[in-house]
Amino acid sequence: MSARIGTSPARVGGQDRVTGSQQYVADIHLADVLHAKLVTLDCARARIVSIDTSAALRVPGVRLVMTAADLPQPVPRFGPQFEDRPVLAVGEAKYHGEPVAAVAADTKDAAEEAAGLVKVEYEELPAVFTIAAALDPAAPLVQDPALRPDDPLARTNVLREHHFGWGDVDAVAASAELVVENTWTFPMVTHFAIEPHAFMAAPDGDGIAVWSSIQHPNWLQKTLARILGLPLSRVRVFAPDPGGGFGGKQHPKLEPLVALMALRAGRPVRLVLTLEETFQAVRRNSTEIHVRSGFRADGTLVFRDIESNYLLGAYADIADRTVAKGSYAACGPYRVPAARIVARSILSHTTPSTAFRGFGNPQPIWAVESSMDEAARALGIDPLELRLRNLARRGEEIIPGDTPADGDWEQTARKAAGLVGWGTPLPAGRGRGIAFGIKSGPTTGLSYSTVRLLADGSVIVYAGTSDMGQGARTVFAQIAAQELGAPIDWITVVMGDTAVVPYDQQTSASRSTVLMGNSILAACREVQAKVRAMASRVHGVDEAQIVVEHGVVRLPDRELPIVDVLAPGLGRLGGEIVGNGEMRKEAEPGHPLGGSAAFYEFNCTAVEADVDQGTGDIVLVRYATVSDVGRALNPAHVRSQDEGAAIQGLGHTLMEHYIYDEQGRIRNLGAIDYRIPTSMDLPTELLSDTVENADGPGPYGSKGMSEGALLCVAPAVAAAVRDATGVVIRDLPLTPERVWQALQERSTR
Amino acid sequence: MIATQPIKVTVNGRPRMLDVAVHHSLLDVLRDDLALTGTKECCLVGECGACTVIVDGRPVDSCLILAVEADGAEISTVEGLAAEGRLSPLQQAFLDTGAVQCGFCIPGQLMSATALLAENPHPTVPEIQEGLAGNLCRCGGYLQISEAVLAAAEAGTR
Repeated sequence: MSARIGTSPARVGGQDRVTGSQQYVADIHLADVLHAKLVTLDCARARIVSIDTSAALRVPGVRLVMTAADLPQPVPRFGPQFEDRPVLAVGEAKYHGEPVAAVAADTKDAAEEAAGLVKVEYEELPAVFTIAAALDPAAPLVQDPALRPDDPLARTNVLREHHFGWGDVDAVAASAELVVENTWTFPMVTHFAIEPHAFMAAPDGDGIAVWSSIQHPNWLQKTLARILGLPLSRVRVFAPDPGGGFGGKQHPKLEPLVALMALRAGRPVRLVLTLEETFQAVRRNSTEIHVRSGFRADGTLVFRDIESNYLLGAYADIADRTVAKGSYAACGPYRVPAARIVARSILSHTTPSTAFRGFGNPQPIWAVESSMDEAARALGIDPLELRLRNLARRGEEIIPGDTPADGDWEQTARKAAGLVGWGTPLPAGRGRGIAFGIKSGPTTGLSYSTVRLLADGSVIVYAGTSDMGQGARTVFAQIAAQELGAPIDWITVVMGDTAVVPYDQQTSASRSTVLMGNSILAACREVQAKVRAMASRVHGVDEAQIVVEHGVVRLPDRELPIVDVLAPGLGRLGGEIVGNGEMRKEAEPGHPLGGSAAFYEFNCTAVEADVDQGTGDIVLVRYATVSDVGRALNPAHVRSQDEGAAIQGLGHTLMEHYIYDEQGRIRNLGAIDYRIPTSMDLPTELLSDTVENADGPGPYGSKGMSEGALLCVAPAVAAAVRDATGVVIRDLPLTPERVWQALQERSTR
Repeated sequence: MIATQPIKVTVNGRPRMLDVAVHHSLLDVLRDDLALTGTKECCLVGECGACTVIVDGRPVDSCLILAVEADGAEISTVEGLAAEGRLSPLQQAFLDTGAVQCGFCIPGQLMSATALLAENPHPTVPEIQEGLAGNLCRCGGYLQISEAVLAAAEAGTR
């Protein structure tokens, strides 16, 4: 089967996934392994008075009960932005589900029984779990100010307040002929990877081996080395392909605890979270966004003034970065002469929020795109037309000083509009909506790779990316196939072992095809250069007259497959050719985010909807998502990413949200009371397409593309509901109940 | 002391005599006692479908039945789909249509789809979507999964 670029060979690793032999972390069995269970409290915030482990330790098979007192003192803290998260709660539990102790036993049964017997005496304390409560000057502080030295905001629950902008909003505001202003809310939602987070650790000589369903194995290695006082070379992280990550598995969570338990027990320890526990481990920031936008009568944008409050959890994880990055790009893909952006990262006694597909962008996009629709109605301009009048064309600035528009976005928008018949008559009761989404790609990056061309022409690629379903293994194999000529089933892609695979910064921001892809391309080029030198030697031809490309050696008089040069070139001892790749995107000092966008993900989503007036149920009759992907290296994977992102976005748009009780406990933990889209929740017709102008910075003109199709799902759907019914809803999700309520209010007005 | 009970089951055609804890689910026994880890654990309340296996011809959430309840049953898991190393038409179709992304839900999807096709060899798309409504895919591969089931149904008639 052809595996080259632009084709869709079967997924590398697919065979193991359809036979059940793919080993996710929880499927790996180690001899003598202990099973761990977390001990948590049934409240949001409590002072821990005492922990009595005696009854738990009497359960047969229990080997260890770990509390904060058993950890190194002071209890180690960690986090990608702020080292604020303790290995176990210290003195105070700060959110519903925060582990205060953990049990390890010979069996799961014993661990569960013992966890229930750990007696924690605690005093429940007042907690904050809404933006308003957290911002109240009298609110209890979520974090100890001592953790935030030299921070003027340390005595508030505002972790950071970000200010971005350009031009002078106040000066130009007077020239606006229309100002629209409103507030939108975005719910607290969770990743719900079907593979719950799983962790395992085992003493390994004088170091440690750790298994985790993690997106950033090298981050984890660094975190553990610091906490355990070990050199990096003694921390071996195995990162089997995650069963879905979506950002929720980027950074270390419970690995430090499991590692310390394994070292203390002198035996391997495994911890597999329940789905309920994953709700208490990861979520997206809920957000309130206030948008004021000024327009001239012809629809030209004059200014935007955006203030967002993002609700983080008790520890920052990478959430504040999502706030910075999402709000920085909040003005969207438009020419905006003046902008003022304020965004706050607000701590609360809730599940720590973290990266989640879209990384802080879907929230402002929900608000800003919806405000575009309100402006379009007020101006009497078609919503697509209003957007196109302001849309940045290739090379135009969207954020001063940052990467200019890097695609033909109008082409993308028109394609999506065309797929839903934008502008053509609709049956009665139907409505259409359209929205644009944009997200900055990675701002920095570092990806090393190694490519080994073996004597028979087969290839091994080493890349530290995590393939959590996006298909990185397949795309990397395709790059090697394209450059070195091996059939795809002769290419092995090795990932997920820090002792074997060279460093990669992370798997996030839709970066891997571009950054790791370029690194692998560079490694292949090095291999090709060595083949060229070899061919020159073997055939007595000057190197300058030889070209090696696409798996072929072109000599002045003929063409040979690479493998035909290898055999004589390597000689009697055999051997192989090794190439190393490196792709760096350096930080840019002075840049508000530390670096400009490597690329933009641009998507246009267009929707035709029908609303059941009796139930409030939204039927998506036709749904089109079109992304500018530069070039689809594997069209089937691109389709899966776009349609999958769209369906995931329909979750926060139509149904998903955490429900808290008055004590800050999550009332809808788990799959029964928290619904995600099923096969019955799909649009009647779901169409996805791409724009490919080979204008991206990745291999063969590709761009990153795994998040784009999620960005503007909500505003497109809400606009279609408004068009169908006349009701405007500014709070997500658009549940039947909420829509029905809005319909009732409309009819009683 | 954990109470146990002997059971006799046939798993993927192989008779098994097991002494199982009376409170262990069929999922526990498949994964932990028989090391058949292809069957996945996620929600444990019968909502996600990751643990679907076929018990006496019917698709069942193996997290919801006790192993002792399966005494005497004939059980098929994902490991039993490929006969003599050859993928079943459904497995092949899942690969061909790109239905597999992260893969974690796939064993359950395959077992539900196998049971569906056994009962209804020529399902329509709505019938497939309804038949697989109990199998969540957070990667959102539902369309490709439907396409795979349709393709396998067609292959079955050729």
